[in-house]
Amino acid sequence: MREFIDGATAIARGALDAGCDFFAGYPISPATPLLLHMIRELPKVGGVAIQAEDEIASISMCIGAAMTGARALTATSGPGISLYSENIGLAIMGEVPLVIVDAQRMGPATGGATTPAQGDVQFVRWGTSGGYPIIALAPSSVAECYSLTRRAFDLAERFRAPVFLLTDKAMCLSMSTVEIEQYERPPVRPRVQAPAAPSGDLGLRPEESFLPWRFDPLDRPPPFSAFGGAHIMRFTGSSHDEHGILTKDPVRVGQLNEHLWRKIADHASEIVLVRADLQPDARTLLVSYGITARAMAEAAQTARARGQRVSALTVQSLWPVPAHALLAAARGASGDAPVERMVVAELNLGEFRREVEREIYAWAARERRVAPEIVGLHRVDGELITPEQFLETIRA
Amino acid sequence: MLAQLPVTYRNEREYPFCPGCGHGLVLNALNRALIESAADPKRTVLVTDIGCQGLSDQYFVTHAFHGLHGRSIAYATGIKLVDPDLNVIVLMGDGGAGIGGAHLLNAARRNIGLTVLVFNNFNFGMTGGEHSVTTPTGGVTTTTRSGNLERPLDLCATVVVNGAGFAWRGTAYDKDLADVIVEALQSRSFALLDIWELCTAYYVPNNKLTRTTLTTMRETVGMAAGVVGRAERPEYARALREAGASQAGQPALRPDPLVPIFASALDREFRLVIAGSAGGKVRSTARMVGEAAVLSGLWATQEDSYPVTVQTGHSLSELIFSPREILYTGIARPDALALVSEEGRRAAGHYLVALTPESWLFVTPQFVDLETPARKLVFDFDVTGVRGVKKHGALLLVSAALRVLDLFPLAACEAAIRRTQRSPIAEENLEIVRQGAAVVADRLGRGS
Repeated sequence: MREFIDGATAIARGALDAGCDFFAGYPISPATPLLLHMIRELPKVGGVAIQAEDEIASISMCIGAAMTGARALTATSGPGISLYSENIGLAIMGEVPLVIVDAQRMGPATGGATTPAQGDVQFVRWGTSGGYPIIALAPSSVAECYSLTRRAFDLAERFRAPVFLLTDKAMCLSMSTVEIEQYERPPVRPRVQAPAAPSGDLGLRPEESFLPWRFDPLDRPPPFSAFGGAHIMRFTGSSHDEHGILTKDPVRVGQLNEHLWRKIADHASEIVLVRADLQPDARTLLVSYGITARAMAEAAQTARARGQRVSALTVQSLWPVPAHALLAAARGASGDAPVERMVVAELNLGEFRREVEREIYAWAARERRVAPEIVGLHRVDGELITPEQFLETIRA
Repeated sequence: MLAQLPVTYRNEREYPFCPGCGHGLVLNALNRALIESAADPKRTVLVTDIGCQGLSDQYFVTHAFHGLHGRSIAYATGIKLVDPDLNVIVLMGDGGAGIGGAHLLNAARRNIGLTVLVFNNFNFGMTGGEHSVTTPTGGVTTTTRSGNLERPLDLCATVVVNGAGFAWRGTAYDKDLADVIVEALQSRSFALLDIWELCTAYYVPNNKLTRTTLTTMRETVGMAAGVVGRAERPEYARALREAGASQAGQPALRPDPLVPIFASALDREFRLVIAGSAGGKVRSTARMVGEAAVLSGLWATQEDSYPVTVQTGHSLSELIFSPREILYTGIARPDALALVSEEGRRAAGHYLVALTPESWLFVTPQFVDLETPARKLVFDFDVTGVRGVKKHGALLLVSAALRVLDLFPLAACEAAIRRTQRSPIAEENLEIVRQGAAVVADRLGRGS
């Protein structure tokens, strides 16, 4: 059975099926449909949704809610991410599970509110102070809007970190036909919970019963206890020790910051996700993500029908960069027939191409190989990259 | 509730505040108020802002949340919304009240059950004695060196006029401060205490402020003391849950399957663009047609474009129908273009020039002179007797177009209308579809 559905509805349903029970947001095109969906739907599942006074309040409320045990979602567009910025840092520091939808718009500032865009790829990566790993997923179909939203909640819970879902107007607001049976339903594993307080323990001294912040092992998020729960919980955006007490002790500060990095960086292989459509002896490898990957898929079909050999890689996790998958695709299906050209297509002027170049050139230098030519296919006029544009880049 | 309540809510850590600073006095009063109200520490959250008082979260055995500057009320709101029975106490300075002014106003408007203690010492103590929103006029600070020219913000009057359930002004030295905090905690409303203090590091030495002049200063700036406001209003966190409670258990956003009950002979992608005006039902027509295609076993996509304005300007819907899954949803050259209005024509200029002799162009009589290589059909719906031909132009023209194109049966459109629209709108639209298609039958009957 099929349905005729837009991406925003699929994202909202993915969130509800992932157990989302809190939403705070502020109206902004093209993310507003998510606010409307969640305001309408969350009371049905016993959750709470609120239109906040501004974007700063939106993400602040989500952080407070998430630390009280909620699975929180917020949605905005690039200008709203600017206002989220400082609190994204707090969510990283406070190890807050939170899913943030960025329905991108074209260009800086108010930009093009109702045109497709992919200009926030580097912005979400580096949009807060301190410089820490970010997880960002990019659906390229309505069905993936559903499944990657579920996955975003899974990653947010498991890694206790903010997770971005990068999308845009064309993905969110356009209607598509989806086979209902083909929605993937990845599991949403809850954050690790703290053990119950020992009997007879008032639990008033977390030092004695529970460490809300744990840096051993360095690469694992600490168990969670909610505000109002069994243990006294001390949350802070300042550099802190295991008890949540402000510290400048270099050993503790070093552990904290290494922990925040390694809990994601060491587990990148559990996060990265691509859809590889590789052809043996392909001379050209197309790389894209989000809405642009749809034109890529069509172009690959057309090229093959014309007898051209071409591979296509759809990147579903922009951050962490799926380096191994990129390299494997570049080295060819057999592993020793590297492609001659890589085409990185995106609705910006080379934001993800920069990451592809970094990975491929480093590999070539390491292996003393000639790197494939890496070309960008870019568009920033508010229109989609067309299959014809892809076809022009494919080597005969 | 704990079997045993703590005899003190303070832990063993000593306050880090300057000699003579009022912060410790306020925190001691808070401790007494928690003892007095027998608060369960595990059901109590202190949310601190940034500044010297922001260190306060470390000295209590309750939960604590120490976030970003000015946002404490917003975090507290999130906490309270999830667990409305928690005691949520916000500790902020006059700095936080300034930068977080929007949150203060809106929390008061909502009357969300937070107890907000403002440690008001008229300047930024931690960063070096800069002026704040509450620095009195004439106050000397490191950023108002010849005296503050701005008027101090009356925090209590501001929250009261905007709906707070409780507001009080006093000093850190008031003997009844703990009792007032108890009243605020029990008020089950947004309660703000504007607690005036001495900042011995900066404001006192620069302004010769003393405990005595702290009280007389209230009169100088014209701000009331004691309980400034007390009102009975529903508490927001509970009210929001109660407002949604009747919907609990209803299915949330379940799939809406379209079971194909019609058939289509279409064997390739077909692209239809509808170009009209905002308010002309272009998008709802396209949505209905998309569903009709899916009801006919096809795959369909719909992409709309429109300016940021609402009931003015163009409205364009692009539809693709295909027997296979559609990947790329953009349209360079439509197979058929339906022009409903002049605004639509202007917005569809790039589609018009792309038309070929194989394309279809469906228009109303206003475009009778429009030159195109496409197969152009002009339909005059004024003869149909449909009331509001302009308002229903998109549905009339698209119904006629579908009758000509025969991509799938018009009955699929009628089924799409019946499954999503309610009476009497459904009946009205079904009649419009019939009238639109009938115009084609008339034309074909006349051999045009």
